[in-house]
Amino acid sequence: MIEFHLNGRSGLSPYQQLVQQVRHALRLGLLREGDQLPKVKDVVAQLAINPNTVLKAYRELEHDGLVAARPGVGTFVTATLNDGSNAALGALRHDLVRWLSRARKAGLDEESIEALFTTTFRSAAQEDIA
Amino acid sequence: MILRAQGLGRKYGRRRALADCTLDIPAGHVTGLVGPNGAGKSTLLNLAAGMLTPTEGIIEVCGGRPGSGTEQLAKVGFVAQETPTYAGLTVAEHLHLGAQLNPGWDNALAYERITRLGLDPAQKAGKLSGGQRAQLALTIGIAKRPRLLLLDEPVAALDPLARREFMQDLMESVAEHGLSVVLSSHLVADLERVCDHLIVLMDSRVRISGEFDELLATHFRLTGPRRDVDTLPRNQQVLSVSHTDRQTTLLVHTSEPILDPAWSVSPVTIEDLVLAYMSRPQTRPALEVLR
Repeated sequence: MIEFHLNGRSGLSPYQQLVQQVRHALRLGLLREGDQLPKVKDVVAQLAINPNTVLKAYRELEHDGLVAARPGVGTFVTATLNDGSNAALGALRHDLVRWLSRARKAGLDEESIEALFTTTFRSAAQEDIA
Repeated sequence: MILRAQGLGRKYGRRRALADCTLDIPAGHVTGLVGPNGAGKSTLLNLAAGMLTPTEGIIEVCGGRPGSGTEQLAKVGFVAQETPTYAGLTVAEHLHLGAQLNPGWDNALAYERITRLGLDPAQKAGKLSGGQRAQLALTIGIAKRPRLLLLDEPVAALDPLARREFMQDLMESVAEHGLSVVLSSHLVADLERVCDHLIVLMDSRVRISGEFDELLATHFRLTGPRRDVDTLPRNQQVLSVSHTDRQTTLLVHTSEPILDPAWSVSPVTIEDLVLAYMSRPQTRPALEVLR
């Protein structure tokens, strides 16, 4: 089971934040197939948010095929985003670790590394679209 | 519809507290009612509760006319401003009174709530803290099991912790009992979390009313090179404008996509919307479209 939290300054609406937190937990393996998501009533009581917000987030996750609602029981994880079986993952991580140490040696601090990654990631994504 | 108003108005002598108010609030929503002091929020809530009668127009709540009898009273809960309780009566006496006056009273729910909140049934209401008094008033409002709960500035006098607890309890009841809520508040940040429907009142009139999702999908902030507002397409209704020597920033309402590549378009928050509608000058009466 995971616990949700809301960040008032994130720029994302509460419902988007809930969706993102579930996806993130799936990716990190904190949530696995068969796990139950917090009950709507509990999320609502914990965060003091509108029940429709939680329902909307769960509906979107269901639409994405990540969870399924069992009426009267709860909402359960049906898929995973943590594809640990992908053979390429290990090699990619290895490359990334080497790249990171090169970036540090070149004098980049954490902030610059993140900025470099984000801008490169974005421009590459834009080229893909174009 | 849980609440419908058509041309609703209320005058005190010659002063209009509410004018030409036309609203449709669907069931199952938590509606935030915002506006400056004296905008007519309390008047609207009192009209819906049946504590006031309209001087013009009609209002229908849960399919009936407010104040029309006991059946109507059972359907609507009302927690007035400053969450009034009887100072000389104990918590238990309040609940007893609630049980006597409300046919659908859920005594188990009432006691479960005050136990959970740590309220002593033998305590006089006059000795409770502001937060506890608000929780007692909310308990009575919820235990009555109404279809619609009206709350007038329920958290205004509470500290942040008590406010949070109050909202948590309110939302839990909404999730559990499926009741509809209309609450007025100054605290837009609170409303942003708990509400999914918005009404902005200004100078006794409804400036805008609608569901959050729909409002957020039809309002945008545009920034771009400086330009005259009169050159904008007709379907873009401008809510606020600011210029620097080179740049123009607009908040617009439109149901059409924004095609002009000169603008960079960003989404707005509910707080942006509320502030824009509250500070919008009176000289541009173009909001009828939005009702």
